[in-house]
Amino acid sequence: MNLDEKFTEATWPSSPEQTTLEGKNKFLGFWFFLGGETVLFATLFATYLALKDDKVAAEIFALDLVFLATMLLLTSSLTSVYAMYHMKNYDFKRMQAWLLITVILGAAFLALEIYEFNHYVHEYGFTFTGSAYGSAFYTLVGFHGAHVAFGLMWIITLMVRNAKRGLNLYNAPKFYVASLYWHFIDVVWVFIFTVVYLMGMVG
Amino acid sequence: MSTNAQKRGIGSFIWDYLTTVDHKKIAHLYLVAGGIFFIIGGLEAMFIRIQLAKPDNDFMSAGLYNEIMTMHGTTMIFLAAMPLVFAFMNAIMPLQIGARDVAFPFLNSLGFWLFLFGGLFLNLSWFFQAVPDAGWTSYASLSLASEGHGIDFYALGLQISGAGTLIGGINFLVTIINMRAPGMTFMRMPLFTWSTFVVSALILFAFPPLTVGLFLMIFDRMFGSNFFDTTMGGNTIIWEHLFWIFGHPEVYILILPAFGIFSEIFATFSRKRLFGYSSMVFATVLIGFLGFMVWAHHMFTTGLGPVANAIFAVATMAIAVPTGIKIFNWLFTMWGGSIKFTVPMLYAVAFIPSFVMGGVTGIMNAAAPADYQYHDTYFVVAHFHYVIVGGVVLALLAGTHFYWPKMFGTMLSEKLGKVTFWFFLIGFHLTFFIQHFLGLMGMPRRVFTFLPNQGLEAGNFISTIGAFMMAIGTVVLLYNIVITSIKNVKVGNDPWEDGRTLEWAISSPPPYYNFKQLPLVRGLDPYWLEKMEGKKEMTPAEPLGDIHMPNNSFIPVVISLGLFIAAFGAMYVPDGKPWAVPVLVIGLLVTLISMLVRSVKDDLGYHIHKEELENEDDDKGGIAK
Repeated sequence: MNLDEKFTEATWPSSPEQTTLEGKNKFLGFWFFLGGETVLFATLFATYLALKDDKVAAEIFALDLVFLATMLLLTSSLTSVYAMYHMKNYDFKRMQAWLLITVILGAAFLALEIYEFNHYVHEYGFTFTGSAYGSAFYTLVGFHGAHVAFGLMWIITLMVRNAKRGLNLYNAPKFYVASLYWHFIDVVWVFIFTVVYLMGMVG
Repeated sequence: MSTNAQKRGIGSFIWDYLTTVDHKKIAHLYLVAGGIFFIIGGLEAMFIRIQLAKPDNDFMSAGLYNEIMTMHGTTMIFLAAMPLVFAFMNAIMPLQIGARDVAFPFLNSLGFWLFLFGGLFLNLSWFFQAVPDAGWTSYASLSLASEGHGIDFYALGLQISGAGTLIGGINFLVTIINMRAPGMTFMRMPLFTWSTFVVSALILFAFPPLTVGLFLMIFDRMFGSNFFDTTMGGNTIIWEHLFWIFGHPEVYILILPAFGIFSEIFATFSRKRLFGYSSMVFATVLIGFLGFMVWAHHMFTTGLGPVANAIFAVATMAIAVPTGIKIFNWLFTMWGGSIKFTVPMLYAVAFIPSFVMGGVTGIMNAAAPADYQYHDTYFVVAHFHYVIVGGVVLALLAGTHFYWPKMFGTMLSEKLGKVTFWFFLIGFHLTFFIQHFLGLMGMPRRVFTFLPNQGLEAGNFISTIGAFMMAIGTVVLLYNIVITSIKNVKVGNDPWEDGRTLEWAISSPPPYYNFKQLPLVRGLDPYWLEKMEGKKEMTPAEPLGDIHMPNNSFIPVVISLGLFIAAFGAMYVPDGKPWAVPVLVIGLLVTLISMLVRSVKDDLGYHIHKEELENEDDDKGGIAK
């Protein structure tokens, strides 16, 4: 692959993430990886449901905080779509800008989550080691949080690494799979919101 | 490349293997590492049989017996059978689909090193005198009560090596979907490739539950959580479910490649197209699918209730149908064929009755009410050794003989191979057949000794004799390997003379770029088709051109080493050692930073130019001479 190959908006392929064989492999392999991740989270959800303590859940969860976090993450998923839209149009600057917004939203989500965990521990004495429900809650939501943190590091790395050289067929698949990862994190959160928080407060 | 290699020293030879991303060399690594772990696991098996050779034996203590029994099972499944299967997948599958390499050569290497560091970590437990002792299933109520760091070695070591396996699975899936040669449609893929494909899908969906189960175990033992602690609201059955949701597909992950290897051998040495190819593919996929529906048959006596037991019993029995399809297809492949009884073929023929016996006892175990009698007795031990040794190990031995020339360019001695075969086969039946009856007579598994005058002496003694015969067979195989390597008589492309699939169309071992020109595949058994038309080589599907190759990399070793270091830190966290958390963090940082380096550094590979390929025309090449 020739990294110096200069594209224009007109010569840039419509699916740059799948133009090279490496890109195709990465694209497909990453979808499989997400399949495995789905099973991983499904297992964590099953464990959570098996160990759920309705009383504790009804007592500690508050909708306002979680709603805000949900909005932040859902919006970040949308902004990452915008970033990929510009990636496909060979508009590197706009792509970087939307990725930056995605990262800021994701970081805000993560900060809220840290605040939330801190709040539970100090206000309610609800800890990882205090009960099986606590272990299950912090493991499920914490695994998701760790994914968010990893996703942030990943996207920032890509943005910094390619800041000076712009888009090419070598890094386009990298941006694309990072955004796929980000969507996946978002989808998992939708389930966490439903299963952990809504069902915790209602059921 | 291969001529250069001979001129270089031992240092660069080792460096070459540490950094290689070539699927053929990674296959060598898997074969050697898996072979060493197979011998370690085999020695552990011998100690078990020596201890049980006579009643009230004091060869080893009860505690040591628990450790040896646990390590035997864990080593054989995770560190011997899996990597040996991976060795053949790596060596053969890309050649069978006419690919120059796997889809992710870097990840391929990472998968191996993760497996190796995980396996080393697990076996270091012997030197720390803290060996896992809760059985290979490590049921939570038992393993949480186990003192010392034994179970920590188990959970952390398997976590690291499991990540490697998952990576390998994804790599094979993408390779098979994206990298097939022109004309190699799905329904022209050899059965071994098909089984690699299905097995990789099983790995993808079966390993994450193990990952989670091991994490919960690690958290419970090292970080104070309460998943399995009933006094804190936990549930010990969760581990059983997670373990078997992984564990049952795992046995299919092992047996399907065995089916694949035997399918190749039957067709090759019957010199006949595999009977019922499409039904074989269908049966492979169906077994893979049903493999996820039956995990609770390991838990009939846990108390899930009659409805759950009935459903899982029926689902389990259903697997006999696709397996039966396969057995009959193999028999019909031989029927009317012009059979050559080479060593691989001997293993294949012996496999059918051996495996069928394991299958029949499988159906017996699947009948839930009857299983209450068999559960935790030697009947179960006999059953799973019949399927795993009679199926998987026979396939691995057959595959070793069958693919040795393709992997190393030399032929193992047929004469010594037959000695190994007879010792191993007779030893195997001697060891395990009698155990059915020991089990029915009430001998419990996992107990370090038995009492005299209960009618168990003769059976156990016979079983021990059989184990020694298997050991002799294995030693002869090792001798065979050494002798063959010393003689070093090189063979041609198709040393069995009846090769049907693409791997036999190129030199043994293949050049590092595999195919100089990608072959055009015109049907099932493409090389056989060309031979039947009087041609000696495959028709190329492309003109001679530059070949793109991946660069070697040392990063996979560093990534794996980081996790290895981190695991030591994690293990000592509950001891309150001040250095435990820093070591954990440093290890994880080593891994993360090496991943960062990998991401930031452009790795575009290099090209072998057309002219170099033309110059190499004399001795090497993608096309048979």
